[in-house]
Formats: sequence, C-alpha cells, structure tokens
Amino acid sequence: MTLSWGLARKRETLAARARIIQEIRRFFIEGGYLEVETPLRIPAPAPETHIDAIPSGDWFLQTSPELCMKRLLAAGCESIFQISHCWREGERGRLHLPEFTMLEWYRTGADYRVLMAECEALIRSLAKALQMGERIACRGNGIDLAPPWERITVRDAFARYGGMTMEEALTRDLFDQVMVAEIEPRLGVAKPTFICDYPAERGALARLRQDDPTVAERFELYIGGVELANAFSELTDPAEQRARFVHEAALRGSLGGRSYPLPEKFLHELAAMPPAAGIALGVDRLVMVLLDAAAIDEVVAFTPEEL
Amino acid sequence: MYSAADLRKGLKIILDNEPYVVIAFDFTKPGKGQALYRTKMRNMINGTIIDRTYRSGETFEPAQLEERTMQFLYKEEHHYCFMDNQTYEQTAISEEAMGDAKNYLIDNLQVDVLLFREKAIGVDLPNFVNLRVVQTDPWAKGDTSGSDSKPATVETGYVLRVPPFIEEGELITIDTRTGEYSTRVKG
Repeated sequence: MTLSWGLARKRETLAARARIIQEIRRFFIEGGYLEVETPLRIPAPAPETHIDAIPSGDWFLQTSPELCMKRLLAAGCESIFQISHCWREGERGRLHLPEFTMLEWYRTGADYRVLMAECEALIRSLAKALQMGERIACRGNGIDLAPPWERITVRDAFARYGGMTMEEALTRDLFDQVMVAEIEPRLGVAKPTFICDYPAERGALARLRQDDPTVAERFELYIGGVELANAFSELTDPAEQRARFVHEAALRGSLGGRSYPLPEKFLHELAAMPPAAGIALGVDRLVMVLLDAAAIDEVVAFTPEEL
Repeated sequence: MYSAADLRKGLKIILDNEPYVVIAFDFTKPGKGQALYRTKMRNMINGTIIDRTYRSGETFEPAQLEERTMQFLYKEEHHYCFMDNQTYEQTAISEEAMGDAKNYLIDNLQVDVLLFREKAIGVDLPNFVNLRVVQTDPWAKGDTSGSDSKPATVETGYVLRVPPFIEEGELITIDTRTGEYSTRVKG
C-alpha cells in the first residue's frame, strides 16, 4: 500500500497539528487543569436555535461537551479541560466540518475577562513552541501576538464597521448577515480581537452584565477574520437557564429544527455549580490560523468527502 | 426544488426567470448564529455576475438546460449560426452568449449548444481544438533573449502565446478551457 498523493502532501501539516495538540495539553496541565473525558453520545444536547445535533440511535452525538463539563464543576472540579470531537449537522464550508475537534476549558471563580488573558497566554505559548515568535503569518500579513489583544464590544463593532447600530441590525434581522459580511473580515487583522458583550438573546448559557442587562458576558476570539473561540461568564441560575432553554427550543421548533428532551440532570445540578467561566475553541481552526492554511480541509487527515 | 443546503459550485438555478450558475460558494455561520450561504452567480444568458446570500430554508427552482449537438455554419453581424445535427434546424447565438467560444469556431466544428426554454444561451466546446496558425514571426535561430514564447494568430483571429518553434501554416492544439497552446499537430 502506498499513501494517496493528497495524504502524503498532508503529512507535514498533520505532524504540526499533533505538535499543537500536545502543546495545548502541556499548557493546561502545567496550569493546574485536570484533563477530563465526557461521553460523546448524549441523550439531551443543549437546545440552541441554530445548532443541530446529529441523532445517534435514540440519543445524539454531542455538539459540545459543555453540559457534562458543567456537571463536573457542580460536582466539585475547579479547573478542567477537554479535547474532544463534536458534531453539527449540515455545517460544511471553508471553516466548517460537520465533525470537528473542540477544546473546552472551564474554571470556577473566574469570569470571561480571565479567559481572555488565558487565550492570550495559550496561543502565545503555541506560537513559541512552533518557533514563530510573536507574529503569525496570515495571507502575507503578520498578526502581532504581543498582549494586550484588541477588545471591542459588539455594539462598537457594529458602529465602526457595520454601517448600522447593533439594535437596528437585531430589529431588521440582519445581525448575522452584517456580522459575516462587514464585521468578521475586520476582526483580528493587526492583532487578535476579542469581540465581547453580545446581545442578551445571543448568549443562551451566559450570565448578563450586571451594569447592562441588555448584553451577555460573552466574547468570541477572532484571528485573521477567523472565529476561533466562544466564551461565557457562565449562567448558574437553574430557573433562568430552564426558561432560556424552553425559549430556544421553541425557536428551534418554529424554524423546523429537531426537538430534543430538556437536559434535566444538568438543570438540576446547575444549582450546585459555583460561579465559573468557560470557553470552546475550535482546534482545527486554530491549527489553520497557526499554519496559515486557507481552508479547514488542509488541516485534517480526511474530510467527509474523502471518506 | 433545491434548498440552500444544496448550493454548491456548478449548481444551476433560476432567479428572476433567468438561469444562473453558482461560480463561488461558501457556507458561513457566525458564532451561534444562523447558517448563511454566500454565493457568487453568473447569469447564463448575459454573463452578469451577482453576489447573493441565502439562509437555510430558502428554496430554488433548478434551471433545466438542454444540450444539443450542433454544427457551426457561419457568422453574420453579431450572431453565430449553428445547425442541429438531428433536425437540421438552424439557430443563431449572440456574440455575448458565445463568450470565449468564438475564439475557436471554425467551419463545421461540432459543439454542444446549451438551450434554456428553447433559446440557445451558450456552447460547450470540446476540451481541445486544432487550429491553423496564420501569422507568427519566424524564430530567429540562436536567439539568446531567453524568451520561451511568442505571439501567434490562428485562423479564427484569436491571438495566443506559442513556443518559438511554431511556424506559419502549422496546425496547433489549443486547450479551450484555458485558451492556451497545448501541442503541435504533426504531419
């Protein structure tokens, strides 16, 4: 047997990918995090309006390990991380694979600001391990990794790049469209960008800001226009969480989405979860950005089309 | 009907009663937001290129296009005349619908004519055609300028770069997908 031509060409990339994943593990283990594994096949994914889980028998393949990891926080774990596969139906594009690798980490007693600093430290340590120094190449431009990275609120990003206010975009149902076409390409260009404080209805599992309850304590990290991570100061109020899940489930239903049972064990145990912050980072996309790859296809051994 | 999830490069759909082909496509989904299908499409009648973004749930009518093998007869004004090989019916195709294909049309060339609602809107050429060089400067032997190609005009009036050894009167093969010289036809 010989390697296919495409796969042979990928060998170097796959070696770099493995290196990055090993460095991620080292970073968290040295930072006192416990590596955990939670089941990939679950009975009740979090109902989120625009995320579709793939059925697996009577259950589903996880769209994220979020609920199980929060149950571990409720059970007394303080700092945990996991690198696992996640599945999202119908997602396939330059930055999307229906099966992808996610890094999630959670930390009690922290809020989303702490996670921003951890993102800076993690990605700088990966760049260092890859001997890239303080800059990463991105389509002929260099992105400066020296901290602090850019922080901009969603509201300011709409004002600066969107051509309309955040409120107007929400009212006219153009929020996602303006985000994709006008805002995303301008994020993380000179330095990585944290875009933060999403409208309250766009953070189904996030805590609202006390000084401005119209926005949630949620951020996304962008590098070179690529969305890498989503983070929250976690919502820990079970009644509020249940109300939001019911609302999201109704929205899913109105858009023709498959319905899931409510994650009752999670909702029950949430009462015991201390204040915490959590983040999900797409590992494939992180590898893409670090290696300056043009598409997610280039950084995985096989795309679904190649199987 | 197609849905937004069926969109991909090469898909042919009807918009405002005209056929379009998707020439660029990307699936996007901003953090926790809705899926957006961004496309670049070419109007198959007039060549106009448009950008459109669709959401999941939107549907499209497939463009039914028919292909018939026809023979090129002659050109008049801004039209090219073809004859259907089976019915002997004649059809005129506008110069703009021909696109680059007009560079390769010689008498009696067989092409696949694309029809939309009985109207010819374009042609599919064979990947390779042979055309005779009618003008090119001779190769100066011992030329050390290092140039590895020179311009040549073929019988249709099309000008392309060819290797220096090609002479006037020779038959060459052109790749119609790129418009580039492929090989010299011996004999």
